[in-house]
Amino acid sequence: MSEFRLPSLGADMDEGTLLQWLVQPGDTVHKGQVVAVVDTAKAAIDIEIWQDGTVQALQVQPGEKVPVGTVLATLLAPGEAAGAAPPIQAAQVAPVPPEMARAQAAASGAAGEAAPIPAQGPPPPPPPPPTSAAGPAPLPTLQAAVSGLRLRVSPAARRQAEALGLELQGVAGSGPGGAITLADVALAAASASASASPVRPAASAAAPVAGPTAGTPATDRQAEIRRAIASAMSRSKREIPHYYLLETIPMARAQQWLAEANAGRPITTRLLMAALQLKAVALALRRYPELNGFFIDGQFQPAPAAHIGVAISLRQGGLIAPALHNVDQLPLDALMPALADLVQRTRAGSLRRTEMVDASITVTNLGDQGVEAVLGVIHPPQVALVGFGRIAPRPWVDAAGGLCVMPTVTASLAADHRVSDGHRGGLFLAELHEQLQHPEEL
Amino acid sequence: MKKTTYREALRAAHREALLTDPRVFIMGEDVGRYGGSYAVTMGLLAEFGEARVRDTPLSELGFVGAGVGAALGGMRPIVEIMTVNFSLLALDPIVNTAATLGHMSGGQFSVPLVVRMATGAGRQLAAQHSHSLENWYAHVPGIRVLAPATVADARGMLGPALADPDTVVIFEHAQLYNLEEDLPDDWHCDITHAAVRRAGTQLSLITYGGSLPKTMQAAEVLASEGIDVEVIDLRVLRPLDTATIAASVRKTHRAVVVDEGWKSGSLAAEVMARIMEECFYDLDAPVARVCSEEVPMPYAKHLEEAALPQVPKIVAAVKGVLNV
Repeated sequence: MSEFRLPSLGADMDEGTLLQWLVQPGDTVHKGQVVAVVDTAKAAIDIEIWQDGTVQALQVQPGEKVPVGTVLATLLAPGEAAGAAPPIQAAQVAPVPPEMARAQAAASGAAGEAAPIPAQGPPPPPPPPPTSAAGPAPLPTLQAAVSGLRLRVSPAARRQAEALGLELQGVAGSGPGGAITLADVALAAASASASASPVRPAASAAAPVAGPTAGTPATDRQAEIRRAIASAMSRSKREIPHYYLLETIPMARAQQWLAEANAGRPITTRLLMAALQLKAVALALRRYPELNGFFIDGQFQPAPAAHIGVAISLRQGGLIAPALHNVDQLPLDALMPALADLVQRTRAGSLRRTEMVDASITVTNLGDQGVEAVLGVIHPPQVALVGFGRIAPRPWVDAAGGLCVMPTVTASLAADHRVSDGHRGGLFLAELHEQLQHPEEL
Repeated sequence: MKKTTYREALRAAHREALLTDPRVFIMGEDVGRYGGSYAVTMGLLAEFGEARVRDTPLSELGFVGAGVGAALGGMRPIVEIMTVNFSLLALDPIVNTAATLGHMSGGQFSVPLVVRMATGAGRQLAAQHSHSLENWYAHVPGIRVLAPATVADARGMLGPALADPDTVVIFEHAQLYNLEEDLPDDWHCDITHAAVRRAGTQLSLITYGGSLPKTMQAAEVLASEGIDVEVIDLRVLRPLDTATIAASVRKTHRAVVVDEGWKSGSLAAEVMARIMEECFYDLDAPVARVCSEEVPMPYAKHLEEAALPQVPKIVAAVKGVLNV
């Protein structure tokens, strides 16, 4: 018998609410099959299962909010007889998951944060590999890398901080040995609510009484997304030494190629400049892998492929940057519908697990809103963010030294100076520049 | 409500037992003519006669074994052992017989024996009369172990102990016999629960027996410094009332265990382990304990005092946990 546990769907997720089971006890399941829908702070996520087997028992009922690592269901391996072991009650494992949740959160996110190791119980199951032929997802290696200094926090303070969604990094400890105590947490929470910075999101018990059942779901979701953003961005600015580079890129060739390519296409299959830009970023990353990956526990972990987080604004406010997988390997004709599908599903609130956790760099495009350029905030534990401003006709000096009018875009790179330096960042932008001059090769 | 000593309360309890149940009799070294090593049974021989208050030879193995036999035979014997150190000679009838027969006979036999003994140090009786070995008995399934630490419990625990169908071992700390307190009009009590002797918010002091008065004094000292602690008296050392301990620790988030036993393998260790099992996520600091130094109890007064838990040690331990 094996256990199917609630996976972490992002650095900032500590718990989730089971919305729906798509399987019943006795059902045969296959690796990769979507078996449940879980509501996180950000969206309703389809959860896949990562082994073949038969569902033995469902341990968590729809509507229950449980910590990451909680056993959702027990599975019998193919050929295993039922009743080999008694099903484990969710309540029995309840004391374990908070630690696990933190460990997972740390694994998938906590750059520089003390990374707790599960103190007891079996380690969480290895996170699943990505759906497509992407090679191994970053998570497994990251999880193995969990180690390092552990903050001295009393168990009660740790639990209280999680309930409040409070980051303990940097909180002064007044207990024995400098440990952070309940009183320190209360103090930090008071100052956090005053300054509103170190609140961590998906420990969404921040509004413990206002769970999904209280208030209007839309309001809660919005508030939780806001908290998630606040947390991730606060952490980013606290921990990541950003450096910023700008490059003005002429876009005449890309625009012309795009116009020609779209001329013969029906509206539904037309390409957008955003797709070209994503592909150009992905190809440029091949030569600058230090911009594509994660900074975990003081170490850079390169990503195996260009899973680009596409910043997608939500109609009700806020944004999510889910992963578009293997952008470097997708031809534009496949990339475009994948991008459209991702945007549509993001706004509908139905993303997949891997899309929530795999993004290894983010691309944000605020050109549509008319801004000249964007200097982005890196989404931890990623190490870089590429921004595109508005494409507009601007004065340009051509190769012959003459002045002309040229559609240009300002591309920016915000990168983590712990991992890369401005020199390499600059070369990356030059490579991006070059890629966009050869749209036919994208 | 009237002022009563612990000794008087015990004597009243024995007298009541002898008066109300003809199956009850007392035996032990010097319980009759001498009136008991600690004068608990003083006067009872004259009142109830030799059949019911019986002096025994100096043979713990013999007279505790006889008590087991009498209990099996339908009597309700109260066997007094002079000190827990001597009771080691009677471990066999208690651990191998009294504690097991109910189980080994599939419930056909019970051993309704009460074994009372003095325990603890503080009277310069040195290393063979002063130890606190309650945990040896609290380790054993099949018996119940009590530690009355108040006059009311001294008065109230014997009745339920005699009514228990299984063997009950009662530890009376030798320093408590002269304790004088108000005996409430209703001194009846159970022998299943721990008691909150003082309510507090910042830390739970958990203790039992002879350490209770010291712990209460420490709580007073701490209160005078603005530190509000709760005091839990375990009362029942087996089975431990884990629920009361856990409820207190969940409230205060901190605990210090005070136990006159040596800390290795002590009741304090057991209490700490249960707190860890039940309340880990409620703890705001590591649990601490104040135990006796790990030496055979010294004879010299200053060394004996130094070896035992004392009020300043308890206060210091509490402040260490609170980091104040």
